[in-house]
Amino acid sequence: MAQISLTVNGRHVEKDVPDDQILSRFLRETLGLTGVHEGCDTSQCGACVVHIGGRAVKSCTTLAATLDQSEVTTIEGLSPIDGDLHPMQAAFQDNHGLQCGFCTPGMIMSAVGIVERSRESGVALTAETVRDELDGNICRCTGYQNIVQSILDGAGRLTQTGGAEK
Amino acid sequence: MSGFSYHSPETTKAAAQLLSEKSDGCILAGGHSLLPAIKLGLNAPSDLIDIRKLGLSGITEDGGDILIGATTLHRDVAENARVKDRIPALAVLAGSIGDPMVRNAGTIGGSIANNDPAADYPAAVLALDATIITDRRQIRADDFFLGLFETALEEDEIILSVHFPVPVRAVYRKIKQPASRFALTGVFVAETSGKARVAVTGAGQNGVFRFSQLEAELDRRWHPSVVEGCSLGDMSLIADIHADAEYRANLVNVLAKRAIQGVQRDSSPT
Repeated sequence: MAQISLTVNGRHVEKDVPDDQILSRFLRETLGLTGVHEGCDTSQCGACVVHIGGRAVKSCTTLAATLDQSEVTTIEGLSPIDGDLHPMQAAFQDNHGLQCGFCTPGMIMSAVGIVERSRESGVALTAETVRDELDGNICRCTGYQNIVQSILDGAGRLTQTGGAEK
Repeated sequence: MSGFSYHSPETTKAAAQLLSEKSDGCILAGGHSLLPAIKLGLNAPSDLIDIRKLGLSGITEDGGDILIGATTLHRDVAENARVKDRIPALAVLAGSIGDPMVRNAGTIGGSIANNDPAADYPAAVLALDATIITDRRQIRADDFFLGLFETALEEDEIILSVHFPVPVRAVYRKIKQPASRFALTGVFVAETSGKARVAVTGAGQNGVFRFSQLEAELDRRWHPSVVEGCSLGDMSLIADIHADAEYRANLVNVLAKRAIQGVQRDSSPT
């Protein structure tokens, strides 16, 4: 067992975790954050994407034991409880950016990362760059058209509000 | 997952000690090849020794050359101003590995130590005539990549950094395998220390290799048309459901030509 002390969605968490436990399992089963989805479990589909230290990563390919002193944000932590949806979540809702919804948490966490990187690099997002950046997220309903539209809309909303990560 | 123990040593010495003590210890640098391999049952280490607390991450200039720490993330290489300025092809290559999430976790040391036959970094390391610096010696790229997932590294040897001489010119071109996002085939063309070097990934059955006939032609005349007279001959290439050997052999020439054409204009590698 490894003892880890970290921040998850703004909350301090201290837990003993098995050395070989994958982060997605820890978030879902120990912390009950079931918005973290496990699709392929082989780093392909991106349903499990969370942010560690503000960067999008695949939680199915990260060991929980490695996260001592880190800061994790899942889809549950993107907007405040009982508060408004995060602008990217609202954009997905308004643009019908989901069908079955299984890939959506990962899509939204990746989308926020895409907007952050675009802001840092100063390169504006286009439908083409969004599609390219979505390389690591798979939608089995194949609803990419509306997902790309949602991300472009969400990027616009985030530029207005001035921050991707609240 | 498979019952391994996790260690996070804080010195290189302690990490090397753990590696030599444990029955089947494995270095964890980014985990984006290792953890999927463990899940698939392709690897079953007794212990994982995480080297990310050894201070091996970062990019510095060394007498004009570029020194990249073993645990430097792909994203950090891709976005580094120094790399973009001195070896833009390397920054472009790093920014084309896998997907954004993979680039936020995968490391250069992990990639080259794993030596996947379709990985991108081995092509850059070999074509740029880089030197791999470990906790006990320096290994030239030509002596480092030995075969499929095989390198010159000892069981308990740790890569500390990779030293890249700045080339006169360099370009990487690849076709991505759309499902795995590994290179279906990739060609890195460089002129460094007055010599042409061409490294091919995603094609050789023994992993990355140099296309020596093309190098010799380029040394005589640096022009895309020299590719036409070059061939890999009867070298046996990877054949799978995505591309047979003949197709890959053709891709090598196509990509080599594109790389030589693009050598002055650095655009996307795909």
